[in-house]
Amino acid sequence: MASETILELKHVTKRFGEVVANDGVDLSLKRGEILSILGENGSGKTTLMNILSGIYYPDDGEVCIDGKTVSIRSPQDAFDLGIGMVHQHFKLIKIMTAAENIILGMEGEARLHMQQVEENVRKVVSEYGFDLNPKEKIYNMSVSQKQTVEIVKVLYRGARILILDEPTAVLTPQETEKLFAVMRNMKAAGKSIIIITHKLNEVLEISDRVSVLRKGKYIGTVDTKDASVDSLTEMMVGEKVELDFGREDPVSPERRIEMEHVTVTGADGRNVLTDISFTANSGEILGIAGISGNGQKELLESIAGLQVLQSGEINYYPPDAEKTSLTGKSVEEIRKMGISLSFVPEDRLGMGLVGSMDMTDNMMLRSFRKGRSFFANRKDPKDLAERIIKQLEVVTPGTATPVRRLSGGNVQKVLVGREISISPRVLMTAYPVRGLDINSSYTIYHLLNEQKKNGAAVICVGEDLDVLIGLCDRILVLAGGRVSGIVDARHVTKEEIGLLMTGMSKEMTTSKEEVTS
Amino acid sequence: MRTGFHLTKRDTISPGKAWAIRLIAVLLSLVVCGLVIMAITKDNPVRVYAALIDGAIGSKNRFWNTIRSMMLLLVVASGLTPAFRMRFWNIGAEGQILVGGVAAAGMMIYFGGSVPNAVLLFAILIISALAGIIWGLIPAFFKAVLNTNETLFTLMLNYVAIQLTNFAIILWETPKGSNSVGVINQASRAGWFPRLFGVNDAMIVILVLVITALVAVYMRYSKQGYEIAVVGESKDTARYVGINVRKVIMRTMMISGGICGMAGAIIVCGASHTISLGITGGRGFTAIIVAWMAHFNAFAMALVSAFLAFMQQGAIQIATQFSLNENASEIITGIILFFLIGSEFFINYKLERTKGGAAQ
Repeated sequence: MASETILELKHVTKRFGEVVANDGVDLSLKRGEILSILGENGSGKTTLMNILSGIYYPDDGEVCIDGKTVSIRSPQDAFDLGIGMVHQHFKLIKIMTAAENIILGMEGEARLHMQQVEENVRKVVSEYGFDLNPKEKIYNMSVSQKQTVEIVKVLYRGARILILDEPTAVLTPQETEKLFAVMRNMKAAGKSIIIITHKLNEVLEISDRVSVLRKGKYIGTVDTKDASVDSLTEMMVGEKVELDFGREDPVSPERRIEMEHVTVTGADGRNVLTDISFTANSGEILGIAGISGNGQKELLESIAGLQVLQSGEINYYPPDAEKTSLTGKSVEEIRKMGISLSFVPEDRLGMGLVGSMDMTDNMMLRSFRKGRSFFANRKDPKDLAERIIKQLEVVTPGTATPVRRLSGGNVQKVLVGREISISPRVLMTAYPVRGLDINSSYTIYHLLNEQKKNGAAVICVGEDLDVLIGLCDRILVLAGGRVSGIVDARHVTKEEIGLLMTGMSKEMTTSKEEVTS
Repeated sequence: MRTGFHLTKRDTISPGKAWAIRLIAVLLSLVVCGLVIMAITKDNPVRVYAALIDGAIGSKNRFWNTIRSMMLLLVVASGLTPAFRMRFWNIGAEGQILVGGVAAAGMMIYFGGSVPNAVLLFAILIISALAGIIWGLIPAFFKAVLNTNETLFTLMLNYVAIQLTNFAIILWETPKGSNSVGVINQASRAGWFPRLFGVNDAMIVILVLVITALVAVYMRYSKQGYEIAVVGESKDTARYVGINVRKVIMRTMMISGGICGMAGAIIVCGASHTISLGITGGRGFTAIIVAWMAHFNAFAMALVSAFLAFMQQGAIQIATQFSLNENASEIITGIILFFLIGSEFFINYKLERTKGGAAQ
């Protein structure tokens, strides 16, 4: 293998206001190698790659390509230098075909020879072993196919250096394997690949070398063959962390929420949820697994009263009382019925909180209607804010700081703190630890366990299967808006859930659904 | 890599620094205005500025003209505040002022003299507010139900209001064929704001300050004001906590339109005593700048209004003294606004030297 260095970063620094996202990062990439950039969320991986792809400009430091210092001031500059980035969020036009998306924005002759383009795309596809039809429209594609389009796009444009930003986050284990096979082909063809991830097993499987970032600082680079999960974890978080979620057995579970044959139609007229039935019990954590965008959001929002049901029923079973129907009830009606239902949505600052408002005003979101006065009471919310700061150790200058200024972990503590402050009977959380460092994550796991112990029915949508398996009691798997299985988390493997996530093999499902008293 | 400068977004800025930047902008704008005036008049800029100050506060009469001008701008800015806090781009204040003004003029013409003046004034304020409410509710209704674009909708309603005003002018014109209404109830002064405490414009000042204070309290302390802020910042969050977004949009635009309609009555009854297309004086648009520059803070809005009124009144004096036409005052206002709005950019961003690029 040729070992010439193709790309080198020297002491690159990027600041956003007072936040230093990259602090003097050094990095080198050789020809024909796969380099993993490893780091927790918020460690500056994506910022660094955005510098390479011309989206950000470094405040300090140098970028060298083929030994020459270069200045990448725009994505066009990056293209010209042979750098192609595949973003975490795809940038494709849905109503166009794969080939049309691939040539979008490229200069060409006055007349467009689409057949020629498609032929060229096919050549790239077969060269690296992709699975893609250039004439296919984007809206007909799965997430994995869309990702393929993005990768082929940068290859088509002659990229020598590919940057993949968390490519496996949206893939099933099986699709990940396919991606890795293609990446190995690209490597064999002399391309250099940077893959950003925080999944250790993938790092060990695919890459030649690993560079680790921690809190914006460059920690070091090791050869993958000399690395292990333990050694990488230590580099990544700075200390050894035990993966123990402290799961206890559910105490006298009772039925709380019941969904029966619920179907929800999205804005485009297609079903986002189809015939969903399950129960959530008090004193247990029900995990929801699935590839993102397979109905998780709609499922939680249906219970919260934010979705219109096409058909089906949702019932709430209060302790020692008759069941009440939540079907067709709005958020306000559910609140007026006195049901203490809490919801930590996926979009924390866009839905759960108002980023520009301070903590007190964010506490008020749930309680501002209280009382008959025309004026709002700000004293109780302020007390609550102070209590949450103290109990959950929120790092903030004070209750008057806009929550947007807080770090991701602290924002989540504020949101979860508010939602559990009413001692909910039902607590729904979507991706509760996304973007949080390990310590904050454990604070959140601990809070969820505490709610479970207090007898709440906890529903937790997650993406990290290891966490779901370790934390939850049962796991419901969604695929294409349907329940593909409900499994006992204590006796399930990642591979089994991975298969269910693709919608296959229903027969594997253990029928442990009924745990009613 | 080249050395040079680049812009970075500021994370935070202290209020003092922000106001310092604005002050610099004002000073710069005065310098540029001086240069422009000097180029036109070939006169000493110090003399020009002396004329400006003289025009704005040089006599008791001029002083009160400036105060009145400030108050009329302030009340419209207060009216726009709830809508803009909700991120509802109400650029239809011109139309809302006009329909309020038409309603007020109609009341003066039809009921002047037949009811006691206090009753008439009270009724005028209510009816003109109602006219503004209708004008504000129409775009809000369509926004809430059909999600139409409120910017275009409110803008177009301005033109409808202009035609409505033209219609009213033809209907009420005196003498016939003059195409103007003339001073309404000149002899009886029915429907005119009374002179209070020996000051002609006292009632304008009182009404505007009360409205401004009420709006400030409503926005800051009421539950409804809080709802407006939540809807404005994030409709998803509003939905998530069960705020009825449609209701809030319509209710808020009723308030916003109502105040702007009442502003029309304040102008007609308190200042112009007639109805014409000119009664708004562009305040429906200028007030947008006032509200935004002040970040909807009542005191800051009063300050900005005062400054703009001062400059406008002063510019009128310059125009007469140096025999320029009235467009000169608009040029000056335009220059000042350019600098003030431009300064907001430097409050949000800062210029930094690019480092480390010298090694080539």
